Amino acid sequence: MVSVLKRSLAIITLLIIGYWLAQGLAGVPFGQDRMLVGKYYLENVKAQTGAVNAVTAIVVNYRGFDTLGEVTVLFIASTGVGALLWRRKKRRTAKTEGSVVLRTGSELLFPFILMFGTYIFIHGHLTPGGGFPGGATIATAFLILYMAFVDYEIPHRLFEPLEGLAGMGYVLVGLIGLAIGSYFLFDWIWQTWHWGAANLGRLFSGGFIPIIYTLIGLKVGTELSGIVDSMLTEEVRE
Amino acid sequence: MSVPHIGLYYFGALSLVLVGIYGVLVKKNLLKILISLSIVETGVNLLLISVGYITGRSAPILSEGIGPKQAVDPIPQALVLTAIVIGVATTAMALSVAITLYEKYGTLNIEEIRRLRG
Repeated sequence: MVSVLKRSLAIITLLIIGYWLAQGLAGVPFGQDRMLVGKYYLENVKAQTGAVNAVTAIVVNYRGFDTLGEVTVLFIASTGVGALLWRRKKRRTAKTEGSVVLRTGSELLFPFILMFGTYIFIHGHLTPGGGFPGGATIATAFLILYMAFVDYEIPHRLFEPLEGLAGMGYVLVGLIGLAIGSYFLFDWIWQTWHWGAANLGRLFSGGFIPIIYTLIGLKVGTELSGIVDSMLTEEVRE
Repeated sequence: MSVPHIGLYYFGALSLVLVGIYGVLVKKNLLKILISLSIVETGVNLLLISVGYITGRSAPILSEGIGPKQAVDPIPQALVLTAIVIGVATTAMALSVAITLYEKYGTLNIEEIRRLRG
């Protein structure tokens, strides 16, 4: 009886919240042109950043400092997961091996998933995607390996320095911008040297967006694989 | 009290948010609550994207035939890109707290955890 009462109370609360939100949204008609700053970005994105994908140009170039903060949040979260699940001695304790389909499939697909993730973050300034989805795709490849094999672990010695170096590389690119131009995360490759101005819309363009997105992709990939690793290993008692 | 008229996309996004809040209010399993929070997040992301949509326009990737006048608002999409990543990070944090709780109490039922603590 209590649960029925609780459920109906929840539904009434939801109806009130839903009505209130819908009333607010009724003043925002769907599909109308309400762009203010977006118009500026769309009109100047090619000339100012050399990228054709306006979304990644905003994320990495116009609001690159925000993205640095976002990478920091991700780093803190991964550190937090590591700290919460820290044990003196950790090892894989899974007992059931993946099925034949999973094992064979993961071995076959692993390089291709890695390649696809790399493709996503290298082409961030041209196609939808970028460093964050690409990194997540790479982490998925390692997650599949974790599910398929009971004793698989990521190469910690490679991944942990790589994560730190990628984060430092991002700051370094920003600091080079500060040295050459006038502000942190100044797009020195595009604004100063105009590299890739001839092949706009092809791979070698977009200023420092591909460089930063490669660093972000590596960082996100190693970080999410680290999170997967700290969640799937358990303490062993001798 | 009149029924407000909202587009179908807003309705879908809003329904996802409400379904998620229902799960948070009613469910007792910690994992289910976390899944509900993820559903709320998906709804909010969908809502932001649909606010930025402009009828008849294409994705904001300027290629042949798509100039600045044929593209939708890129800013909500950039915001959502950020929000998804932060969502993944916070979900991972919450899940590791759930793992620690399960190791300590042997259950994920929040009422039992509350009782055991006191």
